[in-house]
Formats: sequence, C-alpha cells, structure tokens
Amino acid sequence: MSMEILGTYAVAIFLLIGAGFAAVAVIGLLKFNDPMTRLHAPTKVGTIGIGALLLASIGHSMLLGETSMHELLIMGFLFVTAPISANFIAKVNIHLGVCETPPEPQRDDTWATLKRPEDNIETPKDLNAD
Amino acid sequence: MTRAYNWLVPHPFLTLLLTVVWLLLQNEFSAGMSVFGLILGIVIPRITAIWWPDRPQGFRLGKMLSYCVLVIWDIVVANIQVAWIVLTVPNSKLKPAWIVIPLDLVQPEAITMLAGTITLTPGTVSADLSDQGHSLLVHVLHTDDPLSVVDEIKTRYEDRLKEIFQ
Repeated sequence: MSMEILGTYAVAIFLLIGAGFAAVAVIGLLKFNDPMTRLHAPTKVGTIGIGALLLASIGHSMLLGETSMHELLIMGFLFVTAPISANFIAKVNIHLGVCETPPEPQRDDTWATLKRPEDNIETPKDLNAD
Repeated sequence: MTRAYNWLVPHPFLTLLLTVVWLLLQNEFSAGMSVFGLILGIVIPRITAIWWPDRPQGFRLGKMLSYCVLVIWDIVVANIQVAWIVLTVPNSKLKPAWIVIPLDLVQPEAITMLAGTITLTPGTVSADLSDQGHSLLVHVLHTDDPLSVVDEIKTRYEDRLKEIFQ
C-alpha cells in the first residue's frame, strides 16, 4: 500500500516538474524579443518538460499494473527530431535577416543555407557562346 | 564465416536498435517478439544497405552509451540553467552571440550527432553547416566569453565523438 502512495507522489512530482518546465518555455517564448534567442526556450526547456510528463505517464501505467514503454520511444524520437526543427527555424531566421548576420566560416566560402545553387551551374552566357 | 556475417548484418548497431524499437513498440518482452524483432533488424538493414555505401566503419557502442549518459545529464543541467536565464535575466542584459566551431569530424553521422547534441545542451542551438562541411554555426543564448564556449564544445563533445567514430 505504501509503495502505491509513494508512486502516486512520484507521478505527481514529475507532472509538476514537467508542467513547470513547459510553463518556463512559454514564458521564454513570450519574453525574448529576438527570433534567435526565442528559439532557445522551447528547444531545451520543452524537451525536459515533455520528458518529465512522459516519465509520469510511465509511472502511472506501472501503478495500474500495465507497464507501458511506448513513452521511451516518444522520448527517443523527440530527442532526435527536436534539433532538426530548431535547425530549420534557425535557417529561416538567417534567410529572413531578422537576426544578426552570422560571421563567415573560417575555412569554407559560405554557410550551406546561403549557398546559391546557380553558383555552380554554367550560366546561359556560356551556352550562347557556342 | 566473417563474410557471411558481414553480408547478413551489414550494420550491427542498426540491427540492435531496430530490435529494441520493435520490442518497445509491441510493449511486451517475449521470446517470440525478440526473434521477430531480430528478423526485422536483419531484413531492413539488408534491404536498405545500398543507400549507405559510406556508413561509418568503426563504431564503439560502449563509448556511445557513456556519451549518451553524459549528454542526458548535460540536458538536465542545461534545462535548469536556461530556465534560470529565462526567469531572471532581463532582455537588455542578455548577450546572445554567433560562434563558429571549426570541425575536426568528417563523417556526416558524427557531425549530425554533434549538431544534435549542441542543440539539446546548455544555451546553444546549431544553426548551419558551412558548404564544404568544415565549420558549424552555433547560436549562444547568453555568454560573456564566446571562445570558451567553442573550447568546451570541442573538448567535451567533439573529442568523445572522435573516439566513437574511428
């Protein structure tokens, strides 16, 4: 019986932690005024917020005696995909010019997202020369 | 024997990963499900092997696991730090910065892992790769010394990834 009570408290604490971090992520999203800094709050605080909520879900299903491990998969896929969406948003910000212009790379010509494909293709001028 | 093994399991880590994912998806751990997961783990890499001709050859699973533990710990610490910055540092005192990390890693898989790690850990988001893949563009949320952030990422994460993907 006491294990069940302890488990219930653990689930409640994880729910509170998750909800707290999610709230901080929303505050950050509203507070920061630059698109690039605004990106930081949801990418990081959001992952652990959802992670804690999923841990609470695992704990709850264990208390009910039907252990569910799907949450681990959700967490794994979330950790793999969150950086990619952040990467795309950062690239959009660079293209829109809403953030500071990034510095030039040290060894290469330019950043991959700023490289224009026509730089490599022979221009129509050469075709006309024939 | 070795050739047969290499033909059957071109990517041992992927086989293991697919088996574990299958077991988690089924939500039950039994011998039958393990065998079926193993069959999937062998068939899927076999069918898709032609799409990764340049897969990393050396891959150290043990070092990878310790790296994952380190990253998860860093993610927890990073979340608390970023939450603290969000709640206490006013916008006018925030010092965001772009930093450029020169890369020693060459394998695309290793660079992807480094970029993902950077996005998930303390106040940094990886934004872009240079066109030849020699530098990584990273945005830092709040720093007084951008160069020390570059050093930390290179020693803490990149050196470990170099050991994993040899």
